[in-house]
Amino acid sequence: MDALLREYLPILILLAVAAGLGLILILAAAVLAVRNPDPEKVSAYECGFNAFDDARMKFDVRFYLVSILFIIFDLEVAFLFPWAVAFGDLSMTAFWSMMVFLAVLTIGFAYEWKKGALEWE
Amino acid sequence: MTPSDFQTVLPEVVLALWAIAALMFGVYTGKDRVAVPLVWATAGLMAALALWIGLAGQGERTAFGTLFIDDAFARFAKVTILISAAAVLIMAQDYMSRTGILRFEYPVLASLAVLGMLLMVSASDLMSLYMALELQSLALYVLAALRRDSLKSTEAGLKYFILGALSSGLLLYGASLAYGFAGTTAFAGILASLQGEAAPLGLLFGLVFVIAGLAFKISAVPFHMWTPDVYEGSPTPVTAFFATAPKVAAMALIARVVFDAFGAIPGDWGQMLAGLAVASMFLGAIAAIGQKDIKRLMAYSSIAHMGYALIGLAVGTVEGVQAMLIYMVIYVTMNVGTFAFILSLERDGRPVSDIASLNMFSKKEPLKALAMLVLLFSLAGVPPMVGFFGKFYVLKAAVDADMVWLALAGAVASVIGAFYYLRIVYFMYFGADQEPADSRMAPVQWAMLVAVAVIMLAGIVNLFGLEPVAQVAAEALVR
Amino acid sequence: MSVADIAFYAFAVVTVVAGLMLTISRNPVHSVLWMILSFLGAAGLMVLMGAEFVAMLVMIVYVGAVAVLFLFVVMMLDVDFAALKGEISRAMPLALLIGVVLIIQISLGIGAWVEADGALGLRDAPAPHGVDNARALGLILYDKYGFLFQIAGLILLVAMIGAILLTLRHRKDIKRQNVLQQMWRDPAKAMELKDVKPGQGL
Repeated sequence: MDALLREYLPILILLAVAAGLGLILILAAAVLAVRNPDPEKVSAYECGFNAFDDARMKFDVRFYLVSILFIIFDLEVAFLFPWAVAFGDLSMTAFWSMMVFLAVLTIGFAYEWKKGALEWE
Repeated sequence: MTPSDFQTVLPEVVLALWAIAALMFGVYTGKDRVAVPLVWATAGLMAALALWIGLAGQGERTAFGTLFIDDAFARFAKVTILISAAAVLIMAQDYMSRTGILRFEYPVLASLAVLGMLLMVSASDLMSLYMALELQSLALYVLAALRRDSLKSTEAGLKYFILGALSSGLLLYGASLAYGFAGTTAFAGILASLQGEAAPLGLLFGLVFVIAGLAFKISAVPFHMWTPDVYEGSPTPVTAFFATAPKVAAMALIARVVFDAFGAIPGDWGQMLAGLAVASMFLGAIAAIGQKDIKRLMAYSSIAHMGYALIGLAVGTVEGVQAMLIYMVIYVTMNVGTFAFILSLERDGRPVSDIASLNMFSKKEPLKALAMLVLLFSLAGVPPMVGFFGKFYVLKAAVDADMVWLALAGAVASVIGAFYYLRIVYFMYFGADQEPADSRMAPVQWAMLVAVAVIMLAGIVNLFGLEPVAQVAAEALVR
Repeated sequence: MSVADIAFYAFAVVTVVAGLMLTISRNPVHSVLWMILSFLGAAGLMVLMGAEFVAMLVMIVYVGAVAVLFLFVVMMLDVDFAALKGEISRAMPLALLIGVVLIIQISLGIGAWVEADGALGLRDAPAPHGVDNARALGLILYDKYGFLFQIAGLILLVAMIGAILLTLRHRKDIKRQNVLQQMWRDPAKAMELKDVKPGQGL
């Protein structure tokens, strides 16, 4: 266990440095920078006008479709990792099990292709 | 995995292959134009599978280690699920074509949902239970939102999804506590680890969470909040589907979990189920009284009916499980007939579902009104309809197991509940003098309504031999 | 305290605090960002427990995909979240009460935790020594638990059908590109060559 964790030590150090550096930069801006707010300076504006509306606008639902299809194939790939790592020791059942899994998702892929879900109008 | 494992799950494999084949056929040929033949073929396949499972299955077999079990109990539930799903599919086809929501994905998703249900009733491990439940639920969430241009249908889908996800979370939490206690997710292993000792607190929490998660699926009070909105908002054929097969599957699953995994501590889950049963019966009976929409009314009606079926489980005996199974079969049959009627109601060519549109319906369609009268009497449990016998078996099982208070509560609730069923009958025969809705039925739908009404009357002879079959199924579960 | 202990407390605090901020922050986009931080903390905890593969999955699937999806959903909804938060704060006391009761109950349950005799021996697949996570998982997931694996495939298929069925709209009023049609176009039919004499025009 400890040997395993030692392998992760560089990542931990990286995380600590990244978090520390980020905090230092933010705090430095808060401590060192000259701050002289006045209402006109901090107010939001668009091209010299006051903001008309919320800056956030509605996304098209098609983005959602793309991202959910991405998640599904992402998960499929996640299932492939252990299979690939253990490939040398797998039984034939395990091999064909993955083939069936991939076949089912390929069917899904064929469906979405034919249905036109991959076209962006 | 061995070849004999596959032999055990062969019906499920056939259904899965069919769903995939239908999906490919649909998308590469006529898209929604082939939906009607696909619906019929799917229903035909389900009926064939029901025959196959019912006639060929024997004894008790497990497959994939402890993940899957095929016994008389599972087969009983499977046949009920398959037949009711097939009936709902074909009787709704006309309605769906008419309202333009018959997409070719509908039979595909319905098959996958039914596949999930078949796997649910055969689950003998917490992991396969969860996977099967998710397969079923995910397909049903999509079906609820099938009419995606309608605000109500979308709302139904979203509500169902969010509360369903919450219930899955509860279930998983409970399952992890049970696993933490027993060290195994297999039902047999959990049962073995409970022998000879009182259940510790941690495991009881697990049991509570598992039952709460499953109670969402059968909409037992207090986990029923989603039911009226989802029933009202979903397209009526989907509502009919929700009210039948998934309820049987979830009820069978609860039975499987409490007996196979927690059978050593019947006192602990028995009181929980009894509480759920009493709350469901009374809330279902009382809240339905003020309803104006017949689909909402059916939602409360199904809540109440689930309460009666839960009595059978709460009793914890073979008679109790037998009564529960008989009750579920009768409930599903009655609901198929009732929804065949509800699907036909329309005014000026548009489907309606408000109760007021039934005023003086008997003048216009005396035969249909009569069939509906029989069904409503049966739903209310008025003797000598078959529905009465369902309640009778359940209450008798409770009395035999010295739970008289439960039986009394059931009797009182059924008297209250009879009011709103009879109110519809009153509207149909003596209601306000106004133009009733039209009733447009495809021949199948009409046949279904009349056949169910006839069954409700003819079944009183011997329930078509249901009793011994249910007993065999119950004995397979309760050991 | 060893480095691992310090790391555990750091990740645990980050996870819980980020989870809290996720629920109470006013801006939904910030909520999603807090959620990502919470996932990161959870991934760190997984690594500390030796479940490397699960940690990496949390990173790939939750941080990489689910969080992005959540951002889309948040931006897709045309909901005035500030007003919604107002409603939530009205129900807050009751929710807090229920939450506190739940926490007390659960800690009671966990506090009195006992295992069944021999529960550790019953475990189906205890983590083997000297084999890394992903490999150990690969050795049983597709064979012993192949049944569940196939159901997972079907669930993904249902998700795919459902997402397309509910969100895809085929618009008819736009021009689409048909690559095959373009490629099979015959120049002889598509254009006509005219020899225009100077000074005469067509």
